[in-house]
Amino acid sequence: MLRFILTRVSLIIPTFLGITLLAFFLIRLVPGDPIETLAGERGIDPARHEQLLKEYGLDKPIFVQYGIYLSRVLQGDLGKSMITQEPVLNEFKALFPATVELALCAILFALMIGLPAGIIAALRRNSIFDHGVMGISLTGYSMPIFWWGLILILIFSVQFDLTPVSGRIDVLYYIEPTTGFLLIDTLLSEEEGAFWSAVEHLILPTIVLGTVPLAVIARMTRSAMLEVLGEDYIRTAKAKGLSRFRIVALHALRNALIPVITVIGLQIGVLFTGAILTETIFSWPGVGKWLIDAIFRRDYPVLQGGALLLGVVVMSVNLLVDLAYGLINPRIRHTR
Amino acid sequence: MKKSALFAAICVPAFLAAAPLAAKTLVYCSEGSPENFYPGVNTTGTSFDASEQIYSRIVEFERGGTKVQPSLAEKWDVSADGTVYTFHLRKGVKWHSNKNFKPTRDMNADDIVFMFERQWKEDNPYFRVTSPNHSYFGDMGMPALLKSVEKVDDYTVRITLNRPEAPFLANLAMMWASVQSKEYADAMLKAGTPEKIDQDPIGTGPFYLVQYQKDAIIRYKAFPDYFRGKAKLDDLVFSITPDASVRWAKLQKGECHVMPYPNPADLEAMRKDPNVQILEQPGLNIGYLAYQTTKKPFDDVRVRKAFNMAMNKKAIVDAVFLGSGVPAKNPIPPSMWSYNDSIQDDEYNPEAAKKLLAEAGYPNGLETDLWAMPVQRPYNPNARRIAELMQADLAKIGVKAEIKSFEWGEYRKRAQAGEHQMAQLGWTGDNGDPDNFLHTLLGCASAQSASGSNIAKWCHKPFDDLVTKAKVTTDQAERAKLYEQAQVIFKEQAPWFTVAHAVQLKPVRKEVVDFKLSPFGRHTFYGVDIKGK
Repeated sequence: MLRFILTRVSLIIPTFLGITLLAFFLIRLVPGDPIETLAGERGIDPARHEQLLKEYGLDKPIFVQYGIYLSRVLQGDLGKSMITQEPVLNEFKALFPATVELALCAILFALMIGLPAGIIAALRRNSIFDHGVMGISLTGYSMPIFWWGLILILIFSVQFDLTPVSGRIDVLYYIEPTTGFLLIDTLLSEEEGAFWSAVEHLILPTIVLGTVPLAVIARMTRSAMLEVLGEDYIRTAKAKGLSRFRIVALHALRNALIPVITVIGLQIGVLFTGAILTETIFSWPGVGKWLIDAIFRRDYPVLQGGALLLGVVVMSVNLLVDLAYGLINPRIRHTR
Repeated sequence: MKKSALFAAICVPAFLAAAPLAAKTLVYCSEGSPENFYPGVNTTGTSFDASEQIYSRIVEFERGGTKVQPSLAEKWDVSADGTVYTFHLRKGVKWHSNKNFKPTRDMNADDIVFMFERQWKEDNPYFRVTSPNHSYFGDMGMPALLKSVEKVDDYTVRITLNRPEAPFLANLAMMWASVQSKEYADAMLKAGTPEKIDQDPIGTGPFYLVQYQKDAIIRYKAFPDYFRGKAKLDDLVFSITPDASVRWAKLQKGECHVMPYPNPADLEAMRKDPNVQILEQPGLNIGYLAYQTTKKPFDDVRVRKAFNMAMNKKAIVDAVFLGSGVPAKNPIPPSMWSYNDSIQDDEYNPEAAKKLLAEAGYPNGLETDLWAMPVQRPYNPNARRIAELMQADLAKIGVKAEIKSFEWGEYRKRAQAGEHQMAQLGWTGDNGDPDNFLHTLLGCASAQSASGSNIAKWCHKPFDDLVTKAKVTTDQAERAKLYEQAQVIFKEQAPWFTVAHAVQLKPVRKEVVDFKLSPFGRHTFYGVDIKGK
């Protein structure tokens, strides 16, 4: 097991370097620099432009800039945003909990519905339920997120007045971030009604963000279950006279979960980094929108630092998934 | 905890015991996060709106207009030659306080001098704090204009200019000239955290900052000691909502009271909503197509005139602005003083255009490029679509126009270098002064500079003489006459095809009382009230 972990961890170093390289050079391939982008219609005269580039250290040869950047990163300094002048790490710390909170809710939502739906669909193969689940999940998978979010807002918030439109909490509540996770902070604050307000605000974004993972998980669970249910050991279990519940829960599900867990791991990675549309629609103050703004403004330090931090998060999640995989399936950790 | 919360989110029917509002709270659904709270280095309306509530300036634009009125300065004298301004400051103006700092003195001349020196003197310890790029200070020509800024006594400041400059007062009313506390700045410098004054700002304005969470919320409270009296609202909240359709949903539901930048497609529904009214005002802007007048074929005024007659302006504005723009005939907007309404626009007449083009030596038409911005701008919702309509119109007189576009920064740079033949661009006014359009966009100085805003590269002496003279004339009536003449020359010479002035549309809930549109597109909440609370 230790060897397995070490091999996985050792892969992180080259990946880490790769991310710094990509994040650093890709954005510099895009024409325009932060100073010009800020100038707008009024423009900036070349001498002043030159002077400001120097001020920000952007006049040095690009490899020298990369070297300086890398050495600072290794000392734990990700730099400051060129637009707000806040340290990149502080901005990330302020915004990332919102993204995580939403992503975890979305993945739990997807699991709680997707797993049972997939299992039942497999057990009742070719029934109306099976076709229904597969049809709905295909629809969910192909749903344009922006449209889906707006439709839910129009129906549930504007038409029926059941949920708030957007944001993380009603503006009435003044919550100072302690952990950054609003569900926890509202409970700590002991302000009456604040927790429920935070919960209410989570409902629609959770559904929107959870839709695609839900569809993927339901389909994956169904096909994995079908495969496992046809195995010899299931027939043996049936022949032994085990109850249907024991067969499904202990023998079939545990084996069927292996590919499902991989998918969940990949989906979490996607959710942590790719909730940009959901964050924009629901005015959710997370890292997705932060990075998009940074691209438009050519805020190099934010892009580089943000990509790096998210890269580390995704790698860690994948590492955990790999480990979980090993726990569930001994064959994997014993494979050399 | 997480699990139980999610369980609650899914299983428990939504309910919320709404806490009763103790105070008058107005929620504004703003479109984005400010860069910081130091307008001296900002260029975006989003940042200016966030700072507008906090700071005051020496002089200010009247609410809802472009007239300059006293603010931190109660009155001022201008020397006969127009180069020395003496400002007499208001006494007893209080600063806000916050957790880092409690002020010990009122606003005085030191603060005014600090405002200038921070942006002007490179050896000022604050020059580089937050950003060394004091864009507007530079753009308004301050470094070349200012000779000295002196404190005469605690409540008198004397500013000497190198030459007379008529728009100077209007320039001081702009956001870049917001006054920060010198005492706070000194204290933060001593504490080793100078950037705090731009992140946890204090000002002398009607509201003080309570909380800012990036991409989520900005909270303000009315400042009880504001020198014009406490605001009618108690609390002001900016609920940051980037998507226009979502802002509209929030407005409909009453989750916010005022929203900027509506989606044109939502306008019809907004007009039908009984709880919402739409305030309208032509903005201080112009969208135009500039001909590169130093290049063939546009060095010939007949070609420019022919093109102006070939394009159907009304059809273009109707199709692209969807009721949020008015066709433009002059380079300055109709709400600006000196607007010459007696000018007749070039009529749409493809036949006459064809004839004129033949006269200019192009009987078989010609080929040209036609640049379109890649981004939406306040004065132009869809440059690409406009270019396509222009292209179709021009084809009717035998002109083959090829549409070109570049990344936005690159586009502007190349256009300013004059690489185009025809390019669309536009302008939003900064200080309500015609000089800011006519001299900045069409003067010779700006045509000759590689980074000037005169992308038509049009340098026409009779026009330039008029606008240069108007710049140093102090009498406004006389200036207006000069600008009116300049607009006549502009129309005859046709360096631009003037497209449209975008109309500012602001959906506001009916319970909001006395919200006034700012011609500059700012959102000011002092003086606004809310009914029924």
